[in-house]
Amino acid sequence: MAKVKTFDFDTLSNHAGQRPDKETGSRAVPIYQTASYVFRDSDAGAAMFNIERGGHVYSRISNPTTAVLEERISALEGGVGAVATSSGQAAVFNAIATLVDQGGHIVSSYALYGGTHNLMEYTLPRFGITTTFVDPNDIEGFKKAIKPETRLIFGETVANPKTEVLNIPEVAKIAHDNHIPLVVDSTTTTPYLIKPFDLGADIVVHSATKFLSGHGTSMAGLIVDGGVFDWESTDKFPQMTEKYEGFHNLSFTEEFGPAAFISRVRNEAARDFGACLAPHSSFLVLNGTETLSVRMDKHISNTNKVVDYLVGHDMVEWVSHPNLKDHPNHDLAKELLPKGSTAVFSFGIKGGREIGQVFIDRLDLFSNLANIGDAKSLVIHPASTTHQRMTVEALEEAGISEGLIRLSIGIESVDDLIEDLEKGFRTASKALKK
Amino acid sequence: MYIDVDNHKTYIATGSKEHIDGNMGMTFIHGTAMDHTVWTLAGRHFARRGLNILAVDLPGHGRSEGDVIPSIEGMADWVVKALDASGQDKTIIVGHSMGSLVAFDVAARYPDRIKHLAMVGTSIPMPVGDLLLDSAKEDKDVAKEMVNFWSHSQAAHLGGSQVPGTWMIGKLGRLLERSGPGVIYNDLKACHDYVDGVERSKQIQAPTLFILGEDDFMTPVRNAKELVENIPQSSTVMLPNCGHAIVNEAPNEMLDALATIV
Repeated sequence: MAKVKTFDFDTLSNHAGQRPDKETGSRAVPIYQTASYVFRDSDAGAAMFNIERGGHVYSRISNPTTAVLEERISALEGGVGAVATSSGQAAVFNAIATLVDQGGHIVSSYALYGGTHNLMEYTLPRFGITTTFVDPNDIEGFKKAIKPETRLIFGETVANPKTEVLNIPEVAKIAHDNHIPLVVDSTTTTPYLIKPFDLGADIVVHSATKFLSGHGTSMAGLIVDGGVFDWESTDKFPQMTEKYEGFHNLSFTEEFGPAAFISRVRNEAARDFGACLAPHSSFLVLNGTETLSVRMDKHISNTNKVVDYLVGHDMVEWVSHPNLKDHPNHDLAKELLPKGSTAVFSFGIKGGREIGQVFIDRLDLFSNLANIGDAKSLVIHPASTTHQRMTVEALEEAGISEGLIRLSIGIESVDDLIEDLEKGFRTASKALKK
Repeated sequence: MYIDVDNHKTYIATGSKEHIDGNMGMTFIHGTAMDHTVWTLAGRHFARRGLNILAVDLPGHGRSEGDVIPSIEGMADWVVKALDASGQDKTIIVGHSMGSLVAFDVAARYPDRIKHLAMVGTSIPMPVGDLLLDSAKEDKDVAKEMVNFWSHSQAAHLGGSQVPGTWMIGKLGRLLERSGPGVIYNDLKACHDYVDGVERSKQIQAPTLFILGEDDFMTPVRNAKELVENIPQSSTVMLPNCGHAIVNEAPNEMLDALATIV
């Protein structure tokens, strides 16, 4: 049987969402640095305000440069549409706020970026939204944690920093059996390494600050709607299925069908919470997407070599990466992430926190900073930085020990990277012997 | 809102406005394996301008109950019943693709009910190739993929949606995937079998607007030529760089064109 040939990933990552500017012929996506847009006439203005015409009204809600990015990531993920946000954290919050009301509940993997954990553990309860955290490897745990008021399951595709791989097909089944969506954060994997929608996820969020942008230049986030979840299979989502007084009694499922969720995100979360992405940042992320596959291949190949180097090093107590056979998700990663799982992983250094700091401070190429997914290699000590607000118990639960060091492997020469790490270990070894 | 047609619960989108007695109706009919959501922007627009909108889900499509109807003529008879059930004596009727054949057939056989006809992405006849029909008959996913692929212009396969942030290929693909077993074959076969259209075009009395995509692979513009010539009061809006899925690719231009007949 014939197979329909559509554009490949590398073509979409360079072109999707853009039609060259008719007036100027600009090949690069123009930066529309504008807050608002002149209406053709009063009726056209009224029409755009009332979702009768396509177009842009005000850059908090949509912007032509940002719209290219939204389409491009949606195309790469295989979704129906996307909304860009001012950061990955804003993407997570807006996705949750669209689906969960006061009194609602989330079931989340406990293997999370520290900022997401903080949001769920400390901040959302202020608004009456609680979270039960479960071991991502305990599939039954997800099922047991679901309550009548649970509105979504959340997890990271490959968690930061301990590299737990979410079993998306199995967790999605649990979610769907309970008529709730699975929301996944695919920041560390990008659509190049995994396609969560193909595996059963319903909504994907990204911190585009990381690999999508790829150069550590911009804060950005994205929410992508897979367009498959049946909001009308349950009465749990009146915000999707019932008339919305905040938009002239619009019913999102009735009017937008497969695009109901993302339409609600744009017409409520983007409009009312205001965490919009700056057009210049959109431009920078778009530049990043053009080289996404090339960079990810290099990130992964470098990571493979660095992991092999670390495993054999006498200053290293353990390495947590799905490449390794002793990783609990080694087989799952091979199945779900055949091109490679992640360039962000962690290892334990002998001597704990103090020796770890000596090691980090000696590195020249690896930058000690709070980010991942840069073209340049990065290092950090999570227990004292990104995850410092977590309690000792929560850190233990997430497997983040005092000696854990997180690496984000860049695309420099891997020989130079290994030499840099070796310098750090030599200095750390001397400090350990003192 | 839901109405009863032939003892089946039938959905019609009203553009988020309630109908007003005595106002002109504007009826929208979707294409193969689609539903009312393809008309959301247009429906909301003309509802705000005071028309009573009936963007129907044909039986077995979208939210409407009942079995699919195997012929264009049968669908046209059903649309007239839907007009009766919703109290619309006379209407502007707009159809896309298969829906354009249905709208055309209503206009040809029930001329008193139609004030104006608009055919979007259309041709008569509307033959469907064996490869697609056979795939659809077996309910293979590739049939929906083919419809989605050929419905969009080459340009649209790289995006550029007028609705910000929308990936058109993904959105239409999901809509097609939602259609029930056998629906896509039923609809494609109905289009394929509607062969009397050119002859019937001589019965059309209503002013007729054609909205055509220059890059339409599904219903090439050349196949609409005879139809256009047969209808005395016809006008054509040709959309450059636009494929068959005009509702998806060029909703603004479609809206502007439709505004000329309201």
